[in-house]
Amino acid sequence: TFFPSQQNSIGYTLTSLPPNSDSPDREGRSSVRYKCSMINSILDVLRQRPGWVEIKEDGEWDFNWCDVGWLRENFDHSYMEEHVRICHFRNHYELTRKNLMVKNLKRYRKTLDREVGRLEGAKCDFFPCTFELPSEYHLFVEEFKRSPGSIWIMKPVARSQGKGIFLFRKLKDIMEWKKVQRFSLNFEDQRDEAPVESYVAQRYIENPYLIGGRKFDLRVYVLVTSYLPLKAWLYRDGFARFSNTRFSLSSIDDQYVHLTNVAVQKTAPDYDPEKGCKWQMQQLRRYLTAKHGSEAVETLFKDIDNIFIRSLLSVQKVIINDKHCFELYGYDILLDQHLKPWLIEVNASPSLTASSQEDYEMKYRLLEDTLNVVDMEGRLTGKEKRVGGYDLMWNDGPVYREDVSLETLGTTYQIANTNLGCVNDRRKQLRQLLKPFPGHKRS
Amino acid sequence: MMEEGADLSVTIAQIVHRLKGAHLHSQLEKQARECLHRPEIKLESLKEDVRSFLKASGWERKLQNAVYRELHILPPPGHPAAPPEHTKEPLVYMRKAQASWEKRILKSLNSMCTELGVPLARKRPVSEQKELTNKWNEMGTDEPDLSKFRPVYAPKDFLEVLISLKNPNYDCREGLTASSHWGLIQISLNVRDIPQMREAYPELSLTCSQLGIDDHAHIPPDLFESEHIRIGKKVVSEQDSAAAQQYSRQGCPTGFRAQLWALILNATNEPEDIMHYEQLKAAVIHHDLLVDNLIYKDVKLTASNDDYYFVFEDFLYQVLLCFSRDTAVLEHFSYNSATPPKSYIQGKTGAEEFTVVYPPNGVIPFHGFSMYVSPLCFLYNEPSKLYSVFREMYVRYFFRLHSISSSPSGIVSLCLQFERLLQNHLPQLFYHLQAIGAQPLRIAFKWMVRAFSGYLSTDQLLLLWDRILGYDSLEIVAVLAAAVFTFRAENLMQVTSLASAEAVLADLSTLKVMPLLQVFLFA
Repeated sequence: TFFPSQQNSIGYTLTSLPPNSDSPDREGRSSVRYKCSMINSILDVLRQRPGWVEIKEDGEWDFNWCDVGWLRENFDHSYMEEHVRICHFRNHYELTRKNLMVKNLKRYRKTLDREVGRLEGAKCDFFPCTFELPSEYHLFVEEFKRSPGSIWIMKPVARSQGKGIFLFRKLKDIMEWKKVQRFSLNFEDQRDEAPVESYVAQRYIENPYLIGGRKFDLRVYVLVTSYLPLKAWLYRDGFARFSNTRFSLSSIDDQYVHLTNVAVQKTAPDYDPEKGCKWQMQQLRRYLTAKHGSEAVETLFKDIDNIFIRSLLSVQKVIINDKHCFELYGYDILLDQHLKPWLIEVNASPSLTASSQEDYEMKYRLLEDTLNVVDMEGRLTGKEKRVGGYDLMWNDGPVYREDVSLETLGTTYQIANTNLGCVNDRRKQLRQLLKPFPGHKRS
Repeated sequence: MMEEGADLSVTIAQIVHRLKGAHLHSQLEKQARECLHRPEIKLESLKEDVRSFLKASGWERKLQNAVYRELHILPPPGHPAAPPEHTKEPLVYMRKAQASWEKRILKSLNSMCTELGVPLARKRPVSEQKELTNKWNEMGTDEPDLSKFRPVYAPKDFLEVLISLKNPNYDCREGLTASSHWGLIQISLNVRDIPQMREAYPELSLTCSQLGIDDHAHIPPDLFESEHIRIGKKVVSEQDSAAAQQYSRQGCPTGFRAQLWALILNATNEPEDIMHYEQLKAAVIHHDLLVDNLIYKDVKLTASNDDYYFVFEDFLYQVLLCFSRDTAVLEHFSYNSATPPKSYIQGKTGAEEFTVVYPPNGVIPFHGFSMYVSPLCFLYNEPSKLYSVFREMYVRYFFRLHSISSSPSGIVSLCLQFERLLQNHLPQLFYHLQAIGAQPLRIAFKWMVRAFSGYLSTDQLLLLWDRILGYDSLEIVAVLAAAVFTFRAENLMQVTSLASAEAVLADLSTLKVMPLLQVFLFA
């Protein structure tokens, strides 16, 4: 065949398409050299993309799907030409490390309170009360004492390590933990991955929304192609991950080392966040609509949009913007019984390993569309509001659906251009939107 | 004309008889009594005033809904001299077949009972009762040893019985000719063909808008969806059963399908319903039944393995265990061709006065039974409401899918209708399939017995069940089965064995039900 098959890579001389007449500075490439450090669905997507050639050794590349470790070691020393793209921002951890995320959100909220007003600041109350430990230990104890009997969760910031995540209700439960921490810090080498401020203590959400008695959280995908100005896309697909056991608060009364349902899963040696049972986002949305009606669910999804936008705005000025960078985030959202969404965390490297055929197909679509948005081939004009399953959520300002019917003319009410959990008829949309790949006929 | 009038008064008398003494009756009386204090009630026009009060306060509507419900389950008028068996099933050979099938099931159940040494029913010791009460909301966490239990029967066993049904008055020995029936069902019943279906189901036509088609992403909602939703809201606020049923023919919006179905079925969640459910729950706590194990096994084998229904495992136990103990379900046997199995108190076999219906509701679950409940979990999560709706769905529709009868909604008619529709619509396909030993019914049967639950994706299944309720008939299930074959006809023509035909039709989860039905009937 004309295009590279799965295993072999056929080199091409670099050619580029004539610039798209609508946007003169967008040069497309008919051949893209890529590096990929993963061996899961992203590799399949890259290999099957027409004109893309895998570079295995230290060759020059146009596109790099790297892991954060590589980025940390190499980004600062790499020179990248104008067209080159890489899948992380240099200091993404401002958003993805729990302590930094909270710090940035708190600071952003204060700014809003001050510059706009408390009402606007209140829109940031989508993360539970959180303190960095040990630096904010005293603030934490003050708050802890103010709400006796409530449950708190302790999380290591960078990854689940050692004892990992656990729940506690009494201060004495963490006395042991404190001693252990001091012990390990004295006797272990100081590594910059394990700084002193390595934990957060957070109010546990005690009333999660349950389906069939089970707790679940949502995984949603947000693609950021630029921070200054902020341009962010929201993918329509996603899923709800159910815990295998029924939710119960009763088990925390045991010693702090006895980890609860969720925590057990997280610290098991074979913990795979992708295992366990899932519902596609569309199924969840339909279920919630059947239970609560469409208005309540639309409000919920608007509130979820709000989480993405504000969390990104909170780090907008801190992230080192770089036109070579884009990033696909995996947001973890938890719903409570009042249908209020809470931000649990943001992942810079959401798992791309599939847990089932359905999951594989969803991740495949997601990654294909991610590459469509990044657009190495220069097929987009840059003015699109939708590419495949991605809807443009923020483009240096909110993005609205264009629908102007007789009722909305003259009113200020506008519908946001997001469709999380809605029908993803991407193939049809892509056919209408994109020219075929160079050398490919339209199928 | 005289006969019509006589029929009507008989019907009215029957309904009045059924509603007398029902809870609604006492509520109406209470309301009527209490309203006497109201200023607008005048002695001179007492009757009219009380009537208008009841109308204005919505009580007349509740009575209307109750009457409407009774009309649904009222058997067709028969000859005054006909014995009660005729109401259950007018055709003798069908009654006989059903009776012998029941004997087989009971034998199977009894032998399992003896083999395993498990009693049909057993009172639980107090400690066990306590444990079960504590675990009521998470019975799915139990991992009892169910390996010894087998389902009493599976749909394919039932299919063999239906295939062997013969009408002694009908000679069908002619060979395979162009005018003969090529399918497995050997009897002849009056089933609707496509022109008749078109007449009976006009709301599915190409010129009529409906959910499942006209609410598609690229169609502006102003054309149909918004208006349909507005009407739906009105129907719900009017609390009108009959209107809800008519409305459901065009599909129910996700946001208030739950209320609409409850309205159509007149399934309430009043205090007396909740109390009834609590009584059933108490019965579950006190006694353990052999069929409970069958239910556990069925749930573990079917719903728990389903990607979407696994979440509802606990609800399924809460509904099905109570269902087994609900003697109110016995009422439906007056119009069901089946008869509840009888069991004898130990040691008193043969003594009529010591018989007891087993299980108490007379329904022995089979493999896949829990799938009747699973889709409903998507709509209702208060156990008593879920129970109420399921029970009504069962006594109106689902029972017909596993009993031998001549009813147009009965499984026998559905099988025949499916075969005839397919044979008439795509004779080449039908001929090819039966020639390679892949009789279509062998594949479609399992879909129809479950009304497609577990085979279609949930949202599509709910759209299908909207129409079952809307048209008060299960015929649409047979039509859909034929439509599915039609849709995959090209691939099916290529296959050369039953196994490969099964493979082509293994995955229905991506099908869109309404376009298939519409094209099959009207295009």
